[in-house]
Amino acid sequence: MEAFGLLLYGFSVLLTWKILALMLVGLLLGIFVGVLPGLGGPNGVAILLPLTFTMDPTSAIVMLSCIYWGALFGGAITSILFNIPGEAWSVATTFDGYPMAQQGKAAEALTAAFTSSFIGSFVAVLLITFLAPGIASFALKFGPPEFFAVYLLTFCSFVGLGREEKHKTIISMSLGLLLTGVGLDTVSGTLRMTFGSSDLLRGVNFLVAVIGLFGISEILLTMEERLALRGHSAKISLRVVLKVWKEMPRYWVTLLRSSAIGCWLGITPGGAIAASFMGYNLAKRFAKDKDSFGKGRIEGVFAPETAAHASGTSALLPMLALGIPGSGTAAILLGGLMVWGLNPGPLLFVEHKDFVWGLIASMYLGNVVGLVIVLTTVPLFAAVLRVPFAAIAPMIIVSCAIGAFAIQNAMFDIWLMLLFGVVGYAFKKIGIPLAPLTLALVLGNRAEDSFRLSMIGANGDMRVFWSNGLVGSITTLALLLLFWPVISKAWNMIRPAAR
Amino acid sequence: MTSKSEDEIVVEDPTAPASDSPAVATKRTVDVVVSLLLLALAALLGFDNWRTGMGWDSTGPQAGYFPFYLSVILAVACLWGIAKEFLARRQAGETFVTRAQLRRVLQVFVPTLFFCLAMQWLGLYVASFLLVAGFMIFIGRIAAWKSLLTALLFSLIMFATFEIAFDVIMPKGALEALFGR
Repeated sequence: MEAFGLLLYGFSVLLTWKILALMLVGLLLGIFVGVLPGLGGPNGVAILLPLTFTMDPTSAIVMLSCIYWGALFGGAITSILFNIPGEAWSVATTFDGYPMAQQGKAAEALTAAFTSSFIGSFVAVLLITFLAPGIASFALKFGPPEFFAVYLLTFCSFVGLGREEKHKTIISMSLGLLLTGVGLDTVSGTLRMTFGSSDLLRGVNFLVAVIGLFGISEILLTMEERLALRGHSAKISLRVVLKVWKEMPRYWVTLLRSSAIGCWLGITPGGAIAASFMGYNLAKRFAKDKDSFGKGRIEGVFAPETAAHASGTSALLPMLALGIPGSGTAAILLGGLMVWGLNPGPLLFVEHKDFVWGLIASMYLGNVVGLVIVLTTVPLFAAVLRVPFAAIAPMIIVSCAIGAFAIQNAMFDIWLMLLFGVVGYAFKKIGIPLAPLTLALVLGNRAEDSFRLSMIGANGDMRVFWSNGLVGSITTLALLLLFWPVISKAWNMIRPAAR
Repeated sequence: MTSKSEDEIVVEDPTAPASDSPAVATKRTVDVVVSLLLLALAALLGFDNWRTGMGWDSTGPQAGYFPFYLSVILAVACLWGIAKEFLARRQAGETFVTRAQLRRVLQVFVPTLFFCLAMQWLGLYVASFLLVAGFMIFIGRIAAWKSLLTALLFSLIMFATFEIAFDVIMPKGALEALFGR
């Protein structure tokens, strides 16, 4: 197997003291960020991104992805011990995890959560290892029209399949796409929407926007809530771990089903939130005694955690192979790639083998090391919650400011970050989703460039998007997805009439 | 439930916003205001792109083509949202923010604003010391010595991490001269 040899090569890239140390630091920082109230995966990665600006790309991505794995693990701690989901995708974990903690089985619940997270990610990483190189080499044949069709598909599926109100998804996405147009237009060389300002000439930086939208706005939102909490502390002993692991094979169907759901929803922009709920609901539906769910059943922890992590990890597959992020965090990692001077897309597999395979190998190693770390350090991290928020909030604000400033060394970016913080706060409260905005900000320029390059190539003939089977079917699928709500409504109106 | 008291972690929040605080605005109001603001933005950007050139020449779209039509889409989506709000049956609107909540939000936002201003003159590290210490003392009501010590340690660690270990250069204001950079 070619992939296997390349994976070994990836491990050889990783096995230096420097990178192993960075992995450890990343995992610990990630768990810390995941445990803190009001912070989580995307926020943590966005805030800690500036740490990596001066690193080489491989060290940088290894550290950042470890922060991500750590944050995923950390979210489970607060869900189970405090009934506070650190992330939306941990909500389903609280259903059975918190009751287990109340019954004095916190250690079992935590072990179950961590182990099933590990299994979910592991399945997803296997998928990435063997599928991503193939997709990438297939995508190497893509020209601008194919790429535009894929971008279009991503955007349309957000609008058509998202559960938010449609006009709000469209507002969020078109605003993001508009903002990417600010500054110098690379195709024609003209200035757009700068209004004579030299600060706007550089455009709206994606990472600055993300730090504001996720970091600052989250602090504002967290402050609104009552921050008192009451929960359980837990120590995990080896005996409990072994007991849970012995029980685990009995639930192999649940684990496998949740992994499959997670991988599918991670690659398509369904996301970890949908995956965790779907994993939980399906486990409940297929169970013999449905009533025991929600009262502290270990399967109710296995199912959502496996699905959430499979989804969170497999979201990196389209990012690596096509340059299209499958989740908010993947979008931020993609932004990081550009800062480190890499060009995301299928060429990564050819031009930066050490980077790609180092990253994939770090997913294996990071998950194993992460599992060991969380199992051994839970009491320590649960105690982090004792630190008052009044001490943590200003520190997070300072970290955000450092991040926003360091990207382009511009004071203007600090103000932009504040503005995005307020925008994010308002949007979240009135239900305008931030994911389409993030996606649009990171993909906007590339989508527009590929459209205009296709137009130049085809002398302005729109039929280029149906010029061959591949591009034609992707474009058609995109349009179908965009109008999916209308189509399914019409279908439902016709069907009863036919009966 | 059956947990012993020593197994519990309890964190109090003495300054939490009161739950019976009156509403400052409803979600509906904010929804309409945000839509109107975005509508104005769409108009402004749409006009600017129309000036840049939103036509279609022989090689495809001009520079303003995409942003112009995106402005149109944004404007239509905003109008759609506003119309939906007004056509919907009047119901008791959900609260956007209560007075007590707004107070807490401003308690973070205003210091952050001052921190950003101070950063330009005092440099990031001094400003961060002031923000952390001030926030902990005045808003967290944490003992002064604890707050000052935490703030000092935090600023020093940040300085060591970014400035020395990772070579990320931040503005240092008047302190700049001390480092000779």
